Amino acid sequence: MSAREKIHMTRITYREAIREALREALANDPDVFLVGEDVGKYGGCYAVSMGLLEEFGEDRVRDAPLSEAGFTGAGIGAAMGGLRPIVEIMTVNFSLLALDQIMNNAATIRHMSGGQFNIPLVIRMATGAGKQLAAQHSHSLEGWYAHIPGLKVLTPATVEDARGMLSSALADPDPVLIFENATLYNMEGWLATDAGQVDIERAKVYREGKDISILSYGASFWKSLDAATKLAEQGIDAEVIDLRTLRPLDNETIFSSVRKTHRAVIVDEGWRSGSLSAEIMARLMEFCFYDLDAPVARVCSEEVPIPYPKHLENAAIPQPEKIIAAVHEVLGHD
Amino acid sequence: MTDFCMPSLGSDMEAGTLVEWNIQPGDEVHRGDIVAVVETVKGAIDVEIFEDGIIETLLVAPGTEIPVGTPLARLRACGEKTEPPSEKPAPEKLKQEEPVPTPGIAPSPGRQRISPFARRRAKELGMDLSTVIGSDPNRAITVFDIEATAKRLKAGLKTDMNAMRAAIAAAMSHSKREIPHYYLSAKVDMEPCMHWLETQNNQREPSERLLPVILIAKAMASVMARFPEFNGYYTSDGFAPSKNIHIGMAISLRGGGLIAPALHDCRNKDLDQLMSEFRDLVERARGGHLRSSEMSDPTITLSSLGERGVEEIMPIIFPPQVAIIGCGTVTEQPWAEGGKLSVRRGATISLAADHRVSDGHRGALFLSALAHQLQNPEKL
Repeated sequence: MSAREKIHMTRITYREAIREALREALANDPDVFLVGEDVGKYGGCYAVSMGLLEEFGEDRVRDAPLSEAGFTGAGIGAAMGGLRPIVEIMTVNFSLLALDQIMNNAATIRHMSGGQFNIPLVIRMATGAGKQLAAQHSHSLEGWYAHIPGLKVLTPATVEDARGMLSSALADPDPVLIFENATLYNMEGWLATDAGQVDIERAKVYREGKDISILSYGASFWKSLDAATKLAEQGIDAEVIDLRTLRPLDNETIFSSVRKTHRAVIVDEGWRSGSLSAEIMARLMEFCFYDLDAPVARVCSEEVPIPYPKHLENAAIPQPEKIIAAVHEVLGHD
Repeated sequence: MTDFCMPSLGSDMEAGTLVEWNIQPGDEVHRGDIVAVVETVKGAIDVEIFEDGIIETLLVAPGTEIPVGTPLARLRACGEKTEPPSEKPAPEKLKQEEPVPTPGIAPSPGRQRISPFARRRAKELGMDLSTVIGSDPNRAITVFDIEATAKRLKAGLKTDMNAMRAAIAAAMSHSKREIPHYYLSAKVDMEPCMHWLETQNNQREPSERLLPVILIAKAMASVMARFPEFNGYYTSDGFAPSKNIHIGMAISLRGGGLIAPALHDCRNKDLDQLMSEFRDLVERARGGHLRSSEMSDPTITLSSLGERGVEEIMPIIFPPQVAIIGCGTVTEQPWAEGGKLSVRRGATISLAADHRVSDGHRGALFLSALAHQLQNPEKL
């Protein structure tokens, strides 16, 4: 980045970027409120909402009792009543307690009411392994939610998306789930001082390449980028795509990349069986079969509950070395 | 109006690349004229035409790889009127552009892996995938192999030894898989032949000298009429004996590879003519100017490793033929005959034949008749 560009950029963490987005939403729209466990006094379990209670008061930043079904349902009711709630669930594992509300109410009420009620609800939650939180706090279940019609599923990987996706999600008339990978909160990045709403319908080609497409999202996106840098030193020109939105998937960007490179590796921290990576593979088979020059490969989490010990946790989830090995295999290198 | 199509120059050929035209529209051609040169996995072949007429149009440009059976040129009979140029391509022409399946050779064991993209690209380039070798660790053909082959074809149309290797592999695997071979061999007294040849060759210029292999070919042709089940083709319709005796002469190529073009009509030609045609055949096989009929016509093959010091060959039948004769080196050996031991020149001649068509008894008679014929070379 040149010095001139830096003048308009600030260095910011992913956590701060989300906090800025929350602050902006709360400040700009009196109908917006944040609700969840420990979002107020404690400042959020990942300290995302630190200081917002003091700034906006208890009506706007509400600590909820330990009942995901209860406060998610309350958020749905509030959205039906015309407010713009932001529900924070500590981790995707806990969101299963609210799955009935999310799946049977949030995702269906527009349909069930014949279009009379829409649910402009945003649910944020942490996802992913890497922080030694063991098997009940570390899974990547966003692919499950991407199965459900009526929901949008966003996975910000960059500070730009952390800053911009919330605003776009709030502008959406229907429920939007935002999955924040827990390992990214401390990540720093450059953000334009005037950063704001971002598109939430398109995947993004982050690194152009001609030899192979690496499709990923969330924390895996950075591992993919890391792998691509190392692959470049070996003369392999990988294209890296951040999917950004898992539902609806941006077929156009995915397909045009694969039609260019003719080879693909999908990196998904979810388990491989019945996963989002499986869905992408299926689509490539349906729409890009005659463009494929090799079988598509996947790097997913091992099919085990995410282990607690650091070395086992690392071994269980996608890593740059695994991505490099998968790329070599697809390219037919011995 | 008739179409002159890409000929099948052997049952293992699926496509060929047109290298050059020897004719232009308007030229009058006669049966047997060499009208084009086609590059196959076995090298450049001079392609003959089988009809008299006038060339109306050339349908394919040099450098294009075309499946067997695809029209290359349109031929008008002498006296026939010129066809008015049509605006649209005739619909049946599109149909004919589909590759015509070649009988005889089934795909190699275990389906060749070809990536979907490679398949599509090959189709765009009109490339015959059977001539492409997969370079990835699983031997799968990827677009890399397609582009590499296309580049090679464009650069010089040189015979790809890998492709020839693959063609031989396909034909021989097919043969070993499909044809129940049986093998017979006989030690043949070659003293009469060798003696007769020495006498003959002493009076000849080196370029006119006869080789033992010609005597064997001629001997095969002489007895063949009595053993029709060894001369012809086995296809999906069963065995069809051939009236003509075109012996495929196995010729090894410099730089590797093997080709067995036909020495045509061996029965009706004398030794001198056969020898001079064989010399010509070897020269052209190695120089790349075999004729299309020589590639497709052999009815039985003769493989002689006479100069390589092997005692005996157990040859593999070249499908769709049903028999092959192998000849080992002629060597001096102890020879017991009539209660006496002497030293004579002899060779082991072997027969591999298709058990679907013939049995060992008939094979033995054939081999014995051949051996007998070789005892009287002056009668050949």
